[in-house]
Parts: sequence; C-alpha cells; structure tokens
Amino acid sequence: MNNLSPFAAHPREGGGPEVKKQDLDSRFRGNERSMDPAYESQAAFRALMDCTARPGELRKLRGVSAPAPFAPATAALIQSLADYETPLWLDAAFAAEKKVADWIRFHCGAPIVREPGEAAFALIADAAAMPPLAQFSQGTAEYPDRSTTLLVQIESFAGTPFTLRGPGIKASREFAASPLPADFAVRMKENRALFPRGVDLVLVAGNDIAALPRSVAVEAR
Amino acid sequence: MYVAVKGGERAIDNAHKLLADARRGDRAVPEISLDQIDNQLALAVDRVMSEGSLYDRELAALAIKQARGDLIEAIFLLRAYRTTLPRFGASEPLETGSMDIRRRVSATFKDLPGGQVLGPTFDYTHRLLDHALADGGEIEEPATASADGARFRSVAELLADDGLIEGDEAPAGEVGDLTREPLSFPAGRDLRLQNLARGDEGFLLALGYSTQRGFGRTHPFAGEIRYGSVDVEFFAEDAGFTVPLGTIFMTECQMVNQFAGSATRAPCFTRGYGLVFGQSERKAMAMALVDRSLRARELGEETGSPAQDEEFVLSHSDNVQATGFVEHLKLPHYVDFQSELGLLRKLQAEFHAANPQIDTPKDSAMQDAAE
Amino acid sequence: MSAPVYNFAYLDEQTKRMIRRAILKAIAIPGYQVPFASREMPMPYGWGTGGVQVTASILGPDDTLKVIDQGSDDTTNAVSIRKFFVKTAGVETTTRTEDATVIQTRHRIPETALTENQVLVYQVPIPEPLRFLEPRETETRRMHALSEYGLMHVKLYEDIARHGHIATTYAYPVEVGGRYVMDPSPIPKFDNPKLSDSAALQLFGAGREKRIYAIPPYTKVKSLDFEDHPFEPYRHDAACELCGATHSYLDEVITDDKGGRMFVCSDTDFCEQRRAEGHAHVPDQNEAVHG
Repeated sequence: MNNLSPFAAHPREGGGPEVKKQDLDSRFRGNERSMDPAYESQAAFRALMDCTARPGELRKLRGVSAPAPFAPATAALIQSLADYETPLWLDAAFAAEKKVADWIRFHCGAPIVREPGEAAFALIADAAAMPPLAQFSQGTAEYPDRSTTLLVQIESFAGTPFTLRGPGIKASREFAASPLPADFAVRMKENRALFPRGVDLVLVAGNDIAALPRSVAVEAR
Repeated sequence: MYVAVKGGERAIDNAHKLLADARRGDRAVPEISLDQIDNQLALAVDRVMSEGSLYDRELAALAIKQARGDLIEAIFLLRAYRTTLPRFGASEPLETGSMDIRRRVSATFKDLPGGQVLGPTFDYTHRLLDHALADGGEIEEPATASADGARFRSVAELLADDGLIEGDEAPAGEVGDLTREPLSFPAGRDLRLQNLARGDEGFLLALGYSTQRGFGRTHPFAGEIRYGSVDVEFFAEDAGFTVPLGTIFMTECQMVNQFAGSATRAPCFTRGYGLVFGQSERKAMAMALVDRSLRARELGEETGSPAQDEEFVLSHSDNVQATGFVEHLKLPHYVDFQSELGLLRKLQAEFHAANPQIDTPKDSAMQDAAE
Repeated sequence: MSAPVYNFAYLDEQTKRMIRRAILKAIAIPGYQVPFASREMPMPYGWGTGGVQVTASILGPDDTLKVIDQGSDDTTNAVSIRKFFVKTAGVETTTRTEDATVIQTRHRIPETALTENQVLVYQVPIPEPLRFLEPRETETRRMHALSEYGLMHVKLYEDIARHGHIATTYAYPVEVGGRYVMDPSPIPKFDNPKLSDSAALQLFGAGREKRIYAIPPYTKVKSLDFEDHPFEPYRHDAACELCGATHSYLDEVITDDKGGRMFVCSDTDFCEQRRAEGHAHVPDQNEAVHG
C-alpha cells in the first residue's frame, strides 16, 4: 500500500509513552519505541501554557542543551513550538553564532528571517539591548493572533521589581527580572495599550521561565 | 425509584458488536474482498479517494468495506487517517496536458487533434437493468488502441493559441493548503479549488445545476473532459532534484465560459476548472461550474446567487463537517433543553397569570379527555 | 498493507505544535477566537472534535482525565471520548472532579469549584456569539475588531420586548476581560457565573469551525445584560430527589407515561459524592407538583 509515497519507511516523529494500560489499542503500540520527544515537548508546552495563563508565575523546565547563547529552557521551548511553519528572528547575539542557525535548522526546520516583523518567534539573548516591541509583528485588529512571541533570555528572576495585574492574576503579583531595558515598564504599557494587538513575551533564565502576555499590566515598583 | 443510569460503556461496546455483525451480514454469503471493491466498485473508490483527499485505492476500499458502503462515512475514515500523516510538501504541478488518455471528449468542437475518445463511459448506455449481470459470466475483451505516447493538446490550449481564452498562469508564491491553514475570506483561487476538489459531489452538483438554471449564469461549454493517468513528481529539497512518486488517475474538466474583457483588453472566453482523483466527470464538471461562479467578483459580474457566494459555498461544501454537525443532534442536549423548558414554563405561567380567562393547556387537555 | 500507526494522544507532533501555538495566543488574548487548522478526528465533527484536539494537545502522561457530557460521566459521548484517550494516550481517568487535572466537558461546568491545578476544556459547536445575528465571518470578524457589539444588545433587548425576559437560556453570551464578547458554548446560563474568576484555566475548542479560545484564571467574565434587566441565573424551584441539593443544576426525568417526573442533579459526580456524605432528599409538600 502507499506505493505512491517514497516515504513509507520514514519514521514518524514524536513517539509516545510507556503505556500504562493494558487496553491501549495495538495500533498505538508504535509509540512504545522512542518515548521522549512527545513527552518532552508536551512538558515544555504545558509549563509555558501555565505561565501564560498566570503571568509572572515561574515554572522550571527540563532544558535542552543547545549551542550558546541558547538557555536550556529557550531551546526546549523552541523545539516544542517551532517548525517549518514558524519563521524565527534572531537578535545580534544569537545571529552571531553560526551553530545556532544550524541547530535550529536541524531540530525544528524553522526558517530564519531578517525582518523582526515577519517572525512568529523572536529569540533575544541580549535582553537589555532588545529592539523596541513595535518592530515585531503586532497582529491586526481582525487577526491579533498574527503577532510575534518574544523569547527573552535574562540572568535571573530577581532585580528590578514590578507589579503585575490583569487576566490570570488574582489581585496583583510581585515580579522581578533582570537585566531588562530601563524603560521596560513603559514599553510594556505601550504594548498593553494596543490590546488586543501586541506581542507576547516569555522570559527565560536558565531552566526557569515566566510569561508576560500582552494582556498583562506591568508597573515599575 | 429512579437511579442515575450507568452502563453507557457496555451499551456502546454492544452496539459496536452489533455493527460488526451487521457489517458482515449473513455468514453464508462470501465476504467481500478489498480487491473486489477496488475492481468492481471502482467509482466508489474514486469518490472516496477524491473527497477523502488521499490517493490510495486499497485504503479507500478498506474504508468502504468498514463503512458498509456508506461513502461519506468511508470518506471520513480516510480523512481521519490522512490527517495523521506527516506532510513533506507539495508535489510539482501535475502535467495534465501529458495525460495518458483513457477518455477525452470535447463538446465545443466536432473533432480535434487526437480525436474524441469515448473510453469507459455510461454515456449512451440505455439505462435498462441488466439481468445478465446479476448472474455474472464472461465479459468480452474490449477493443483498444495504443495512444503511442501522443500528447493530446487541450481545447483550452488550442483556444489560447488564438487568444480566444484567458490565460491560466499559476499565481506566484506557495500554493495554499486549507488542511494546514484554516480558510479565511476572501480565499485565493488555489484554496477555493482545493476546497471544491474535497467538496461533496452532491452539494457541488446542486450548486453547478443552479447556475445553469439562472442563479448566476455563466454560459458554460464543456471545452474538454479528460480522464487518464498522470505522473506525480516531487522536488526533494535534500536531494536537490525531482523524483517520480508514481502514477495516478485523474479526471479534468476545462469549462469554457462567456466573455470577460475591459477597456484595455479584448473580450475573451473565461475558464472554470475541475480536477478530481479517479474517474468522476459529474464531480469534475460541477466543480468547474462552481469554480467559474466563484470568480464572479474577480470578473466584475453581478453577484448574489448562492453559487457565487464564496463564504456560503466554501463553508458548506465539506461533507465530513456537514454530516458530523447534522448528526450531532443525536447527542444528548437535555441540559440545554431543560433551560428552555424552564423559561417556557415561566413564560406560560406569566401568560396565564395575565390572561386568567384563557384555559391552561392542562385544563383544555382534561376537557378534551372528558368530551 | 502496512497497518496505520498513530502518535501519543492520536495527533502527530506537528499538529500538536500548531494547536499549542493557537492555545497560547488564545490565553494571551482572552475571549478572542484564534483560527487553527483543525484536523479530521476519528469522531465526527460536532461530536467534540475541537475539545478532543485541545485535550490531545495539552495532555501528558501524568494527567488524570475526566470527561463529561450534560454533566454526566456516563453519557455515551463522554464514555466514547474517555475511551479514546485511554486507548490513544493511556492516561488515567476519573469521574471525581477534584481528582482530575484535565476535564473535558460538553454543555456543563462541574458544580464542584475548580482549582488552580485543573484545566477545563469545552467542546464548542458554534464559537461565534454573533453568528446567528450575522452569518458572515467577514462581517463578524470586523465587528469583533471594532468592538461593535450593538447588534447583540439589540437582539437581547428584542427578547425583552417580546417575552418580558431575555430568551437565551443556554450559550448565553458573555464579555471577557472587558473586551471580547464570547460564546461560552451551550452551557445553561445557570453555569455562567462559574466562568468568572475561576481558579482554573478554561479552554474552548471548536473543531468544525476551526477556532480555539480561552479564559485565563481569575478573569472577569460578565454575562451580557441591561441595567433594568440584570442577568438572572436560572434557578430550579425543586431539590434533587437523590441527594436533596437545592443549589445544583437539575435534569428533569420523566418517570412514567402519566406525566410523572422528578428532578435529579445533572452533575452525577457531585450528586454521588453528596449521597456518599449522607445527604438525601427530604420530601416536602411543595414537591408534590413534580409528581
């Protein structure tokens, strides 16, 4: 069967779990071999989903080792979310390392673009020097989802203190991160003012992540 | 005393066992094989592949067997499998001009280079039930002739030579795929054609028919209908060259329609296009009629008929979606119904409080019973 | 013929990535319907394919899944979807609301308050709250873009003029986070107050219509109403005849062909737990009317 396809022997991506239940259908047994990719990417996504739903809350990921300046959590997130349908933009620090582009091509096949406005994801290693948020795609009034998500690497979730409010936050949440541009709260305020347009941010420090979606109000404390 | 019902799981299992039993039917009758379906119900296989968007005769035959001959159910089975397959990219555009022709007819010219090739067709058969077929028996070998690899130029190409019909250059950029990117409106012609190719034959047939009856007339002529095999090729990025994937059978319809022109361009015929897997002229022709109708705005024609309404046509053409939603009414809805019931009782109570002179339905029912 | 092989939780990884990206956008833009390239699923459109795709994309091996339809774990469609995930993902399942990490639902929100460790996934038939007022996607999209929701208020007001009440009893439209008007799926309006300020993340999947949307935890969700006609949640003037609950949504069960009927909790887990705790129905005279 499938005599049309030369790819019949192509291994399916992903794989699956060590089955827990005896009644798992035999058609799904193929998943017993390489277990990890489907689980790893589910775990990374689920952590980011929780973070996006609860802005400013921290989650620890099982990071993936990737060439510098990749933080392990950034690599795990990119592997779990990016593919040939999602153009990536690299900041100067990422772009300077040739190994980065090779790793991205090999692990997710995502195209790398020059224009930040064309990117689905932007990788930023030098947070303090990050470009203005307006340079990225903000989506349109009719399709606000057509926007860039920024993965911004920082040193730690400590330092500059902020207060967060908005959907996902009961009353308010104290939050801190550094380094960030000095006018970070102002930039986020401008981003918030565009709602429902705007960009979403994921901050990464090593294996830890937190999200600042466009819906969040960020105030310098 | 009422207790909350349990046992849904067993009920489902039992229903599925009954289904398997009904599917097999009388065990004294030999079980049908996939080869038999593929060979002897070939047009059903063609339709399932077409609307299932997957060219695989054996899987389509399996789907038909599993669906007990319910073709929409079979299409659904095939789609649900197709969607789990990894996508490697798009093939190179098919060269239908180089088709190995099994059938080719034109209604616009009495004869044309290559000639009219009737091939295997129901056309001109008398629709009289053939009792001889019921018992089987020997079938005479058909007369065949070799096409000697001749390339049959299409009628549209011949018209284009004289500048009588609009061009049909492929648009720049990557071709869309509505199975990867949800449809948004207005949709490009690539996505419209993909939608129609997957669309329900009956729905397109009715829409195409409606244009002939005046709901958005397009003055169509069947320029050419051809059926035969074409090669599928794929450009392999990693290898850097084009590899042949195999041969598939297709039906293509080039509809020639009334003119378009402008202050800067002389009038010429316009096109409607249909292309489906296997042999299905009805579907290919209906698709071509609807494709042309959906171009009304682009061609500056008056719009307002159902077949010209892109959002209406494209949103309702998919029989897998349609059958699912229509049949979902079988699912329990009692929670919402309870809400409606509550409101209705409240409205009735208010009505009767305000109109004491009018009998409540209960009263009148009792009266009826008494009478 | 090589037998088909499927991935963990049925969907291939590429599809899951696409759905996961849509889910993240949906959470970031509460109440906005994110288009996604919905796949054919091995169950029909309209039978929960959107919810199933969302669940399949978020589910991990450590999750415990609960599936309800009409509030019950044992309705045929709930059983079928639960079995699907047991078969394709091998996850643990439960009927107890508090033991579940992911709850997929059709038409109800559980009575038991949800927690921060839970995700509620709704199956949605028609995600567009404006659809029955304006059939065209091009138009409704523009109306959302401009926050032009006057038409919805006109519709609700016409109800009041005609019936004296807003005649929408389920799929009652809400405004999320002060911005988007959203269809909460056909839950009875009894459940609407539970949408607001929930501790749990709420995800909505519409498979046939190819939309995903979300309400993050602790987000204000307001049922549309008017100052002179405030939103009134539906109330039963009866108690559950099994557990005696007076504050839950009740199903009306016809008990004989002479008009006999009784009311029981729609949320079967809630009702069972109450009975296990010793709650029971205390008949009173008023309920004679329910036969």
